[in-house]
Parts: sequence; structure tokens; C-alpha cells
Amino acid sequence: MPVSVDPTSVDERRNPSAPANAHATPGARTSGHTPAEQTGDEVMRPHAEDAFAAELAALAEQDDRPRPTRWKLSPWAVATYLLGGTLPDGTVITPKYVGPRRIVEVAVTTLATDRALLLLGVPGTAKTWVSEHLAAAVSGDSTLLVQGTAGTPEEAIRYGWNYAQLLAHGPSRDALVPSPVMRAMAEGMTARVEELTRIPADVQDTLITILSEKTLPIPELGQEVQAVRGFNLIATANDRDRGVNDLSSALRRRFNTVVLPLPESADAEVDIVSRRVDQLGRSLDLPSAPDGIDEIRRVVTVFRELRDGLTTDGRTKLKSPSGTLSTAEAISVVTNGLALAAHFGDGVLRASDVAAGILGAVVRDPTADRVIWQEYLEAVVRERDGWTDFYRACREVSA
Amino acid sequence: MTGVEGAPPREQPYGDGPLLLGVRHHGPGSARAVRAALEAARPQAVLIEGPPEADALIPLAADEDMRPPVALLAHAVDEPGRSAFWPLAEFSPEWVTIRWALEHQIPARFIDLPATHTLAWSKEEEPAEPAKPTEPAEPVEPEEPTGTVEPGESVRVDPLAALAEAAGYDDPERWWEDVVEHRGTGGDPFAPFAVLGEAMGTLRETYGTGGHDRDLVREAYMRLQVRAAQKEFGDDIAVVCGAWHVPALREKRTVAADRALLKGLPKVKADMTWVPWTHRRLSRVSGYGAGIDSPGWYGHLFGARDRPVERWMTKVAGLLREEDRIVSSAHVIEAVRLAETLAAMRGRPLPGLTETTDAVRAVMCEGSDVPLDLVHDRLVVGDVLGEVPAAAPAVPLQRDLARIQRKLRLKPEALERELELDLRKENDAGRSLLLHRLRLLRIEWGEPAASRGSTGTFRETWRLRWEPELSVRVAEAGVWGTTVLSAATAKAEADAVAAQSLADVTGLAEGCLLAELPDALPVVMRVLADRAALDADVGHLAQALPALVRSLRYGDVRATDTHALAEVAAGLAERVFVGLPPACAALDTEAAEEMRRHVDAVHGTVGLLGEAASETHGDLRARWHSVLHILSARDTVPGVIRGRAVRLLLDDGELAHDEAARLMALVLSPGTEPADAAAWIEGFVGGGAGGGMLLVHDERLLGLVDAWLTGVPQEAFTDVLPLLRRTFSAYEPGVRRTLGELVRRGPGARTSTAAVGSGIPGFAPELETERADAVLPVLRLLLGLDEGEAGEGGAGEGVVSGGAGITKGVNDLAGVGR
Repeated sequence: MPVSVDPTSVDERRNPSAPANAHATPGARTSGHTPAEQTGDEVMRPHAEDAFAAELAALAEQDDRPRPTRWKLSPWAVATYLLGGTLPDGTVITPKYVGPRRIVEVAVTTLATDRALLLLGVPGTAKTWVSEHLAAAVSGDSTLLVQGTAGTPEEAIRYGWNYAQLLAHGPSRDALVPSPVMRAMAEGMTARVEELTRIPADVQDTLITILSEKTLPIPELGQEVQAVRGFNLIATANDRDRGVNDLSSALRRRFNTVVLPLPESADAEVDIVSRRVDQLGRSLDLPSAPDGIDEIRRVVTVFRELRDGLTTDGRTKLKSPSGTLSTAEAISVVTNGLALAAHFGDGVLRASDVAAGILGAVVRDPTADRVIWQEYLEAVVRERDGWTDFYRACREVSA
Repeated sequence: MTGVEGAPPREQPYGDGPLLLGVRHHGPGSARAVRAALEAARPQAVLIEGPPEADALIPLAADEDMRPPVALLAHAVDEPGRSAFWPLAEFSPEWVTIRWALEHQIPARFIDLPATHTLAWSKEEEPAEPAKPTEPAEPVEPEEPTGTVEPGESVRVDPLAALAEAAGYDDPERWWEDVVEHRGTGGDPFAPFAVLGEAMGTLRETYGTGGHDRDLVREAYMRLQVRAAQKEFGDDIAVVCGAWHVPALREKRTVAADRALLKGLPKVKADMTWVPWTHRRLSRVSGYGAGIDSPGWYGHLFGARDRPVERWMTKVAGLLREEDRIVSSAHVIEAVRLAETLAAMRGRPLPGLTETTDAVRAVMCEGSDVPLDLVHDRLVVGDVLGEVPAAAPAVPLQRDLARIQRKLRLKPEALERELELDLRKENDAGRSLLLHRLRLLRIEWGEPAASRGSTGTFRETWRLRWEPELSVRVAEAGVWGTTVLSAATAKAEADAVAAQSLADVTGLAEGCLLAELPDALPVVMRVLADRAALDADVGHLAQALPALVRSLRYGDVRATDTHALAEVAAGLAERVFVGLPPACAALDTEAAEEMRRHVDAVHGTVGLLGEAASETHGDLRARWHSVLHILSARDTVPGVIRGRAVRLLLDDGELAHDEAARLMALVLSPGTEPADAAAWIEGFVGGGAGGGMLLVHDERLLGLVDAWLTGVPQEAFTDVLPLLRRTFSAYEPGVRRTLGELVRRGPGARTSTAAVGSGIPGFAPELETERADAVLPVLRLLLGLDEGEAGEGGAGEGVVSGGAGITKGVNDLAGVGR
């Protein structure tokens, strides 16, 4: 693949010690390749490729399937990395994503066919999580990240200038500050764009040429950066906020879209919630509450039923409130309830500890959602066996 | 094509004897393989698994007007409800065989057990399996091991699942598709059948009949038929049957043994015809499933000359474009690429439906399942409707209708006439049921007309007229079932699911009760409950409630089980309770007036429902009262509704007398907007032209208004006066005069001001039991109560409903002599 610019010349910019870069973004991003003291316990959350380095190494070692150019693993191994499994030598790969296999397969296949991947989903469906792990497994680096906000400038996607250099020496490659996308193109890596729909439409448009022509012109220098094989882009977007900066159809056409669903079964969701609550509780030094699993199950049941608009026995339809009621919210309700139980209650997670949290999560629109919630309480919760305490607690906070 | 030329020195794949082509019913790959094998072997006759009664119908398959999917329908002559279907699609191997035989002018015969016996079998089973009469009997897919296991026969082994598991597949369908359907027929046309036959042989050695005990009988019959055909045509015949049967047909058994198995089989007189079928019915989702969930996809695989995936994606793109979604050729290219890469990643030889669907979702539908559902509905299942030539024998529904018409002595006449029915007579009740059922089927022979004279519920008037096109409607309605009852039931169920508004469904519920369709009722009720749950408009719910409670009472008259109905009605009432207070806020005059009517209607139905209230819904009445309390006390609720709520509470004895007086004074005090106060009074005493009558008859009420009015200070009186004028001037002159006279005479008013709390104005402090007892016999007669209840009801509780004239009448009688 012909590359018009010597990738190494760009590669220099990647070195955080390069003076040009350091001046342009002082104290900015320090990636996963930074000194060791940053990746230890000091870091609140290590990058995926660091946290699961052992698993990635084991996979790479035993992976005998064909790998696309510049991929660290074959597509099958990437899918295994995300979905979990046991390798021939007995290494256990933990599942990173609990959900339909189909989704991961489509996502990985999309990347393998060098189409850009758009992960859609309501907040709290592990979009960022999946994109980070995909990038880590495919390119071994999940840090080529553009964080999309309403204020994301074009420079964040194309390139910027080191003005000191620019004024002193005029336009040259040395004065150019490449964006993560540009670096990914030059090196054949996976770039990530978070919250694509929050980026202003004119900035989004710069992605069109990059994705279709696979090239990034630098008119100031009369040069261009052509993507080398292995380059790809994973974008995430929140489909509840559709319309904030909705994608143009031209841009949309360049993505394969995968919608990450909410957990399929109640058991899976209870599992996810209790596992995350456990992890969070430990990291926030909350006292752990025993016997909370029943309450977690109830919270998950309430969330699922209202979200699906259907009771679990499938016999009664319900109205759905305006909130998303994602698994992530269930996790926060339970964590909150645990804190309440630990500090103000008897240390056991009870209905009254979660009731207020549930109310807050469900009733987002004070009139419409309140009716929906009361209807749910009266029609479903009140008649359910063994839910009397829960009903009372909810009535108390709803009144 | 396959290199067999001239006189066929046919290579026999396995042993001598007839060519056995084991297939998967409705498998496009099988169909193509069968065609290739037939072309190569060129047999003298073909034998097909199917009911031999249909032999005479085979030539119709060549008719120009015959378009698959169609089904062979067998039904018992004197009992059209007993029926069985053998659906055939364009891509069914059986259909391909029939067409091939007709094209080559070779005899084709069905060799399965005659429908005479299979129908009789289903009759025997009936007590154990009270399934819907239209449910396909045994032959639809009895040996088809693809998950259409009838209830109660879970012992059956799924042979394909066993094979797929051995091959490491979790989904037997996918395994079959990979191994058979998606493979080309290149090379030896007989090889796939030989391999499959061996596999099935091994399976049957392991599992025996796998729970399909009747297969033994059927296979015995088939063997006999094959033998007969061999005698006639020699070995040069081909047999197309389910792969499962191949080992049994190859087995050497004595004629005597086979005959013995067939001895003493039950029999019914059966009739066969072709009926049009649809792809939707072939699919598993609908009741008559033939066991395949993607007939459209199979049809495509069978019909596509080459590059099936590319063609399919183009079709999908075309459909989405028609629906105004932007799908470019670039989308199609990317979708094909993704599907093929996915197939490679999943280790499949060719992208199957799963891969293409995943690719369509990710590339063309932007990850959304909504357009994908459209693709599934229109293409994967497909809208294909079969056609049957006019020469095909009549559908059983027509016969059933004719039979009922004869029985009820109700002849179809083109002349319009009116028919008076007395539902207490058996024959008339039957006619009413028939007409109601036909109406549900959109065969509008009779139209209900307003009864002249009597308004009793036991009388119905119909306007009858048989238009010629109604015969066509009957034929069309044939797809719903084989009898009027089953067809109406199926149609009502389908209508309920497709209904747009809540009122439509309640109407349908009423229709089901009138037409006595108890089987359809659960479905209608479920839909009703679902719709009610999702309808956010309290007005709609309140509108639906009275009709429902009315149906509840019909149900009582006709002795149908209305427990489910009561349950739904109670649930509906609860939703109204929750939604009513917020819905009453910030309404304009008109909307408030409408809402007041809803409040009245709900109040009436709660009274009726309270009696039928189920244990799960507790005391509806008490909850309704608390709702009324909320309404009466909330300032944002329009006056007319607040007044009404106070009045209803007062009537039910839920609000103390002086409390009502306090509320009235509060509303009519100077701080209140005049219009709101007037509305309150209107709501309280009942405004409008007919409103004053209650005030005339209810002295207690009059006393309340009177007491308040006389208590208004002189300076405030002039302010209040316009409000009162507003309400009272709307009354009819006669009512106004009577009111004036009552006030002038004013015993009630005076006693009440003198002794508030000691008794209700217009009533003596104590009951005069003697005089009250005198009206009991009449009351009992009117209400149809038994002794015990009548005693209680006579105490004048006034809870039957807000405006129940009967109790008011008692009050009046008691007061007149005073």
C-alpha cells in the first residue's frame, strides 16, 4: 500500500517527549505506553490493553487463524476476547461483554471488512466499553480517542498546528499536530470517536472523506496522509439523543451500525448489576451488605418491566416512562441503596433503601411518569406475593 | 443436463427397487435436488407422500389459475370442522414432483394413509386434546422434525436435532441448511439422497419411531402402495417422501404383516379440495404452521437462478426504497460483503438467513429492528397468496353455512325483509347467533335494525338481504376456518389483534358475547387489557368501561363465563382511578363537561362492578370514593367536576352532611371565580335542561342548597345571585315553579336549619318500617332480588347507582304523606 508520507515522520509526533507536541498540548494525554508508575494501582482505571494484557498475549500466542494486515489478533480471537472462552492451553478468557454473540460477530466482521463501525445504544449499554476492548484487541491500543462534545473542533479529527513552530518556521510537517484519527490512518490502527452525535455537524463532515477516500489532505502543505491497511474507526453514539446533531445520511452510509441492546434476561441483568455493584462498592469503600440479592432482583425486575412495557409473566402490558432505565441506572440505584443501608439503616439492603432511588430513576417527567409509576404500583406491585414491603415503601416515597 | 442420455441405464444409488427420494418438506434445496434426480432418472410414475383421496385433484395443479402456495384440505363430510391440511409451496419437493409429472405426462399418485383414517384418528384423540377444530391434524408435518411438535407429544425425538448435534450445530435448521439446502446439486444427483437415507437409517435404528407410533401404520400403507405401483410400472418409479420414512420404505416386509397393521382402522367419510394458502400460514408464527419460519427466503433460494445473496440484498434494497428509506447500491455492496465475511467467520459455506439478516440490519437499517421487521414480514415470510382455480370443489365453510341455514329454516333471499327474533325461542336464538357470527366474518347478510315496539333485551330485529357477492365473501372467509363457528372465532381473534382503538376492541368483545364465541373471548380480552394498559387517555378508558360492564351483564344473561371480563373491567377501572385526578386538571369548559360525563359513567359502572369485584382487586368502591375525595378537594379541578364529586360522595353517604354544606359555602364564597362557582353548583345539583328534576325530588339536596342560601349574609347575597340565576334559569319552567313551591312550603328546609345533624332533610329521624315494607314486593319484582338482599336494599342506601330512579322513588313515596 503506497503511503505518500513516511509514517515514521508522523510517528515522531507520537512520542510524548517530542517538544512540538508537548508544547501544543502541555500535560495532555499520557497513553498506555507511559511509564509504569502510572499504570499501577495509582491509576483509577487502567486501559483495556493494560488491564487484560495477559489474556491478549495468550490469545495472540495461540491464534493460528489468518489475521488481517496490522491486526494483533485474528477476527475469531477478537470475538473470543470479547465474549470469553477457554483457550486450548487452558487459559481462561473472561467475558468482556455479556450479550448476544451475534452483536460481537457483526462488529468484528465489520472491522475486518474495513468498514467503520457505529455502536448505538441507550446510555449504559456498554458502548464505550465494547469499543475500547475492540480497539485494544484489534490494534493493541485503545488510546487513539476523540472525545466528542458540542465543542469538538475540526482539529480534533484532522490536525492542528503548533503555532510557535508555525510562526518561527512557517508551515511544515514539524509544525503539524496530528489528531488521533490522523495517527491511526498513518499507522494502520483503530481510532475511536466517542459520542459522535454530540459533535457539531460541520465537524462530523470531516469524517466523510476520511472514511470513503481513506485519505486526509493537508492543503496547507500540498500533502496528504493516506490510510494504510488496518486503519479503522469505531464511533459510539447515544440513540436516545438522536437529533442533537443527527448524522447526515452521507456519513451514516459509511458506517455499519450495531445497536447494543439492554440485557436479554432478568437473570443476566441481575448478574451484571450485582457484579458491578460489588466492584463499585469495593472501590468506593462501601461496607458490603449481605442478603441484598433479593432486593437487587426486585430493582432489576421493576426496571425491566417498566422498560419493556410488559410484566415478566408476559400477561400485563404497561406504559413505559420517559427515562431509559438502563442497567447502569439499576446499578446506581442499588449502590445508592447500599450506602443508605450502611450509613442510615441496619446494614441490610431493604425495600425502603431502594424505593427513593427507583422513584428518582422512573419519574423523570413529573406528571406523565408519576401516573405511569402509580399505575404500575397499583396494578402490578400491589398484587405481587411477597412484595408488600416494597409496595409500602414505594407508596410512602411516592405520596 | 446431468449426462444421462438416451435410454436410461439408471444407476441405482442403493439396491434395487424404486428410487426413494427422501426430502425435507418445504425445503428448497430438497426441491431442487428432487427435480434434478427426476430429470436424471426419468421414472415411469411418481409416488408422493400425501392423501390418496387427492389423486383426482392432481390434474388441477396444472391449471393456469393454480398458483402456489396452496393446500390440500381434507375434511369430514358431515363435520366440516374436522379437517386437515397439506400445504404445498412453490419450493415444496412434493409440488415440484407433481408439476414435473404433469409436464411429462406421467402418472402421479399419493401414497400416504387415506385422509379417511387420519381424520378419524384425530376424532379419537379429541377428548385428550381439545384443540381448535381447525388445527391441522396429524398429516401436516407429522414426520417433519423441525420443532412443530404437537403438545402432549413431547416424547418424540427430533431426528434432525440429533444429527445436527452430532455435527456440532446447536440449531438443527441451520445444520440442515448448511448440509443440504445450500449445497448445489452439481455432480451426482442421487448422492444427497443416498447419504441422507443412510443417516436416517442409522437414526431410526437408534430411536425406532421416535414417538411417532402412527408412522408405522402410515409406512405400512405406503409400502403396500409402492408395491402395487411396482406391479403396474415395474421398478421404474420414484417415491418422494419425508426423509424420515426412507428407511422404512426400503425395509422388506411381508404384505400380510403390512395388511395386519392396517386392519380395523377407524374411518370417517372425507372430502378433499384445494384451498389457497399464504406464505404467512406456512410460517411457524401462525397457527397452521408448516414448520418453516422463512417461506419467502426459501422461495427466493428456490427461484434465484444464481448469486442468491446478491439478488436477495437487491430485493431488500428495493423494498426499503419503496418505504422511502435511502438505500444506495453502495449499501447493497457493503451488505453483501458483510454477509459473506460473517458466513466465513461463522464457518458456513454460504451466507444463510441469519447472516443476511445481520448484514441488512447493520448496513441498511442502521442497526434498527423496525425496518428489519418490515423486511422480515414482507420478504422473509412474504405476502404471497395462493390461488385455486374455480373448478376446485367447494370449501367446507359454504357447506356448513348451507347446513345451518337449512337447520334454522333461514333461506338466503335477494329481497330485503325484516326479521323479528325472540331470543327466548331456541330457533330464533340460533338465527341470531348465525347472523352475529356472519357479521363478524364481514358477510353482511343481516343488519341489526332498531326494534319496533318492545325494547326488551330478548328481542332483536334484523334486516336481511342476500346479495350475490356475499357468496364470494363466504368463499373468501373460507381461509378463516371450515365452519361458521371456527371461522368467526379465528376472524374475531385476528381482528382483535389488528384493532386500532380501544373502543374497537370493546366493541369486538361485545360482538363475541353476542355471537357466543367463548374461544375468541380470551384473546380479545388479552388484547383489551393490553390496549387499556397502553392507552394514556383517561377519556378513552372511561368510554370503554361502560360498554365492558354492559357486556358483563349480557354475559350474565347468556350464562357465559365472564370472570375474565370482570377482571379486565376491574383493571380498567383501576387505571381510570389512577389517571383521573391528573387528567382533570386544567380543562376548559367543554372538556370539563365531557370529563364530568366520564365521572358519572365511571361512578355508575363502579357500582355495578363492585358486586362482581374479584378478590384480586379488593374494594373498588372504597378506592373510587377516595378518588372522588381527591377530586372534590383539588383546586385545579374544574368546578363542575368538583361539584359532581361532592354530590356523588354525598349520595353514597361518604361525605357528612355538614361537610358538604361547608364545601358548598367555600365554593360559593366571594373569593371564588363566579364562573367556577356556577359550574360547581351545576355539577352539584345537576345542571342543564333536565337537571332540576333531582332537586325537585331530593328534598335533602334542596334543604342543603336552601340552608346555605338563607345563611348567606345580605351584602354577599347580591354577589351570589347571578351565579344561582345562571344555573337555575337553565331549568325548565315547570321545574322552576315546582322548586319554588317546595321552598315556599319548605318543611324539609326548616327542619334542617332547626336541627342540623339530627336527620337528613326530607326524612324522618327514624325509619318507618311499615310504610317502607309496603314497597318491597314491587322492588323485589323490579330488581329480581331474592328475599334476604331485598330487605337490605329496601333500606334506601341508594348505592345501586348515582341516579337510580327506583330508590329515589322510595324516598319520594315516604315523604309524600308527611
